[in-house]
Amino acid sequence: MSSSETLMRKSSKLLLVVSAQLVVCMLLWAHSSLSRFYSQERLAEKRALVGRLMLTDIALFTEARYTRHLTQADLNTPFQDFPMALEHFPSGSFVQPGPDQFRRLP
Amino acid sequence: MRDLIEKQRYIIDFTLSSLLRRKVKNFGLWLLYMLVVFLLASVMFFTHAIKKEAVDILSHSPEIIVQRLMAGRHALFPVGYLDTLKNIRGVEAVGTRLWGYYYDASSGANYTLLVPPEQPLNENRSGRKSRVVAVEEDPKARHEDHRPLFSMEGVTLEAGSVIVGNGVARVRQTAPGEFITFRAYDGTLMNLKIAGLLSSSSELVSTDLILITENDFRRLFGMPEDLVTDAVVSVTNPEEVTTVSTKITKLLPDSRPIIRDEIRRTYDSIFNWRGGMMIVILSSAVFAFVIFAWDKASGLSAGEKREIGILKAIGWETSDIILMKFWEGAVISLTAFFTGVILAYIHVFFTAAMLFEPALKGWSTLYPAFKPVPYVSAEQLIVLFFLTVVPYTMATVVPSWRAATIDPDTAMRQTGE
Repeated sequence: MSSSETLMRKSSKLLLVVSAQLVVCMLLWAHSSLSRFYSQERLAEKRALVGRLMLTDIALFTEARYTRHLTQADLNTPFQDFPMALEHFPSGSFVQPGPDQFRRLP
Repeated sequence: MRDLIEKQRYIIDFTLSSLLRRKVKNFGLWLLYMLVVFLLASVMFFTHAIKKEAVDILSHSPEIIVQRLMAGRHALFPVGYLDTLKNIRGVEAVGTRLWGYYYDASSGANYTLLVPPEQPLNENRSGRKSRVVAVEEDPKARHEDHRPLFSMEGVTLEAGSVIVGNGVARVRQTAPGEFITFRAYDGTLMNLKIAGLLSSSSELVSTDLILITENDFRRLFGMPEDLVTDAVVSVTNPEEVTTVSTKITKLLPDSRPIIRDEIRRTYDSIFNWRGGMMIVILSSAVFAFVIFAWDKASGLSAGEKREIGILKAIGWETSDIILMKFWEGAVISLTAFFTGVILAYIHVFFTAAMLFEPALKGWSTLYPAFKPVPYVSAEQLIVLFFLTVVPYTMATVVPSWRAATIDPDTAMRQTGE
């Protein structure tokens, strides 16, 4: 038996790598499904907290009023300078005022 | 069938050997490719997860919130307006909210101060009880996963005390039983005792919250008794929310009703792709990759052309060469795609999007510590696949087809590295 036959072929190695990646992807998929399943209780508690305290927004961006409470912001607060201006607050670059805010403008 | 598979395997063997001969260049391309997939997948996973979670948990926010506008700005809501709201046909209950912002100069953080309602409006209609149970005032229990979120029963919110979110406790380095000082509107100092903490698992909605009694709130901000921040309205028939909202606008022209669907729609379209930092960072990364990949894929090097010429001279068919180039593109793009997606998942859902945190945090000192719930859909992955793998694979096949159709003698003579 020649030494080249005893070594694993490159195509087999590739197949092994891609299969391993697919297995990891499937494991992550299972992790995603299980996490969603097990987080239902916590999500229900968060919903209860939102209902109990009558909250309206998530606290992802706390640096400015209009990013902390996106849904409650004044109609003209974001983009005070001009519509395409880079925002004063960095998070203003990620978020936009709700789609209904512009609709409500007279 | 077996012959076909064996043929493909031999071509893959040859392709991999060919790729390894230019390993530095190809590894550089693979790395860049993987980083672009990682970045795009991370953004996709994170924004999708946040949107889904926000829309889900905010489904219990008030049906209608009524703000008062004055001179184009949100103004305090007169209690006298409540009777007008109560008399609208279809309105089941009307309540008020007292909340505001407090900038803490010592930590540089903005807090949201809120007076918890005695009875939330949405409990009236359904008669359901929220899953609110007693909270122990044990600071060690703060990080325990099974700790209940919040309680009005367990922790008594009385005059001179507050219940704070975990983010507030973190930036102030404080714990239940200690005091927190606020400067009131008239400059006097108010020392309020921390009666309890909101649980760490609710940080996404409560990290900057400080629950305070009505009297303390009014004393802190100097707000008169006849004014509240805004009003909340619950409607008997959910189908009539829009109608009631229109009636409110007619009866109180200086008011602005915000309905729950608008809140959910806002969070459904939260991240802005049209402008700002995100698009600049992403587009520059993607364009750099596109240029690099196009240069690599479309402009065959002299060596590659000579290789094709030699292969044709020794009997390879044009179809075999195209197949080889297809496998070359597929090997790089598939492995880069899977690696990028796996790393993006780990980044977003295991490290809570650690790399994005500085950008998302911006200038705020208070950022919620949370792990997004992993909402990943097949649709996202398919879109990402067709945006990355398919174009690259096609880009490698087309130029090689052009090179493979020319005469082998010409291909070998034209070149010379």
